[in-house]
Amino acid sequence: MEIAVGIILGCCALGAGICMGIGAIGPGIGEGNAVSKACEAIGRQPESKGDVTSTMIMGCAIAETTGIYSLVIAILLIFVAPSTFVGLLKSLL
Amino acid sequence: MEQQNRKFKMIDVLYLLMMILPIVFLIGLKILTSPATTGISISGARIYFKLPMPIQDLVITEAQINSWFVMISIVGLCLYLTHGLKTQNILRRQHLAEWIVEKVEKLVNDNMGEYFSDFGPFIASIIGISAFSSLMTLCGLFPPTSDINVVAGWAILVFLLITYYKLKGGVLNYLKGFTEPIFVMAPLNVLGEIATPVSMAFRHYGNVISGTVISVLVVAALQGLSAMVLGWLPGFLGEIPFLQVGVPAILSVYFDVFSGCMQAYIFAMLTMLNIAGAFPQEEYEKRRQKKLLKAKI
Repeated sequence: MEIAVGIILGCCALGAGICMGIGAIGPGIGEGNAVSKACEAIGRQPESKGDVTSTMIMGCAIAETTGIYSLVIAILLIFVAPSTFVGLLKSLL
Repeated sequence: MEQQNRKFKMIDVLYLLMMILPIVFLIGLKILTSPATTGISISGARIYFKLPMPIQDLVITEAQINSWFVMISIVGLCLYLTHGLKTQNILRRQHLAEWIVEKVEKLVNDNMGEYFSDFGPFIASIIGISAFSSLMTLCGLFPPTSDINVVAGWAILVFLLITYYKLKGGVLNYLKGFTEPIFVMAPLNVLGEIATPVSMAFRHYGNVISGTVISVLVVAALQGLSAMVLGWLPGFLGEIPFLQVGVPAILSVYFDVFSGCMQAYIFAMLTMLNIAGAFPQEEYEKRRQKKLLKAKI
């Protein structure tokens, strides 16, 4: 029983870490692309800085969405999943 | 004249109290009801009481109470800003009120087009309640936006509005929209329809809660660090976490102030774009002309 609970807790922590680590790759690349293109655009047309910046921040926030999803999953895995799974295990035994 | 001036000032003070008292009341409630703990913990909204209901007990949480008091506070702010409107010799607060209204009208007109020009108050209230809810952390209160139920409620409201404006093009056209490009895609299209409010709710909730979690983790880490570095100081000096002073405030500027206002703007922006994108302009025009023709005959 104790080993089973230990495995559940460890796997939840491991899963949260992997989820966050892999989930952060995509938004990181996407936001980097967006910012680099915005920098290029400002370099070409410095007078359009305000418009480009506001559009870029908007786009960055939307590109962040998948990262936020993985964050929500990670938070669920750390705070909600262990007690749920342990309760399930106890009810099964 | 003198008496009128005094009456004006009295009402002003009343509105200001309406703005400030809810926040003070919430701080008092939090101090009185939160249990005394020394450890740092991450927890959801505290449950104040339960109302017995036939199917399931209605749970009144901190998030609900905080959001209602924020609404009262915003109403007080609006009443204060619009008190004593004049056409000449305008007060300073009227400048601010006019500036807000002009900005929101311009935003709505730029993003939604002519047909939705009366959407200004709705968008302004979304921005206001979202920003003020997130900024409540600055008073040490639980921000209602870090509870998914509150944000999901707003997202469901937006979803209903999207569906309403989609139905303006006719029920048949609405149903036909699901079978594009081919009818096999219908389940995926239904999923896509539901994904809009879900993603809006998760985006707002996740951004606010990530700030809370990271701030708490940093504060806990700083406590351990200062115990390690400054633990050799004699007596009670060694127990005071000096490193906790100032550093969390810098994080708070980004996570609470910048991110909170940013998310309010993004939520409003996505609301506008989704609603404007859902409205079938051509179909609506066709139907209206048909109706006009019928009425003439």
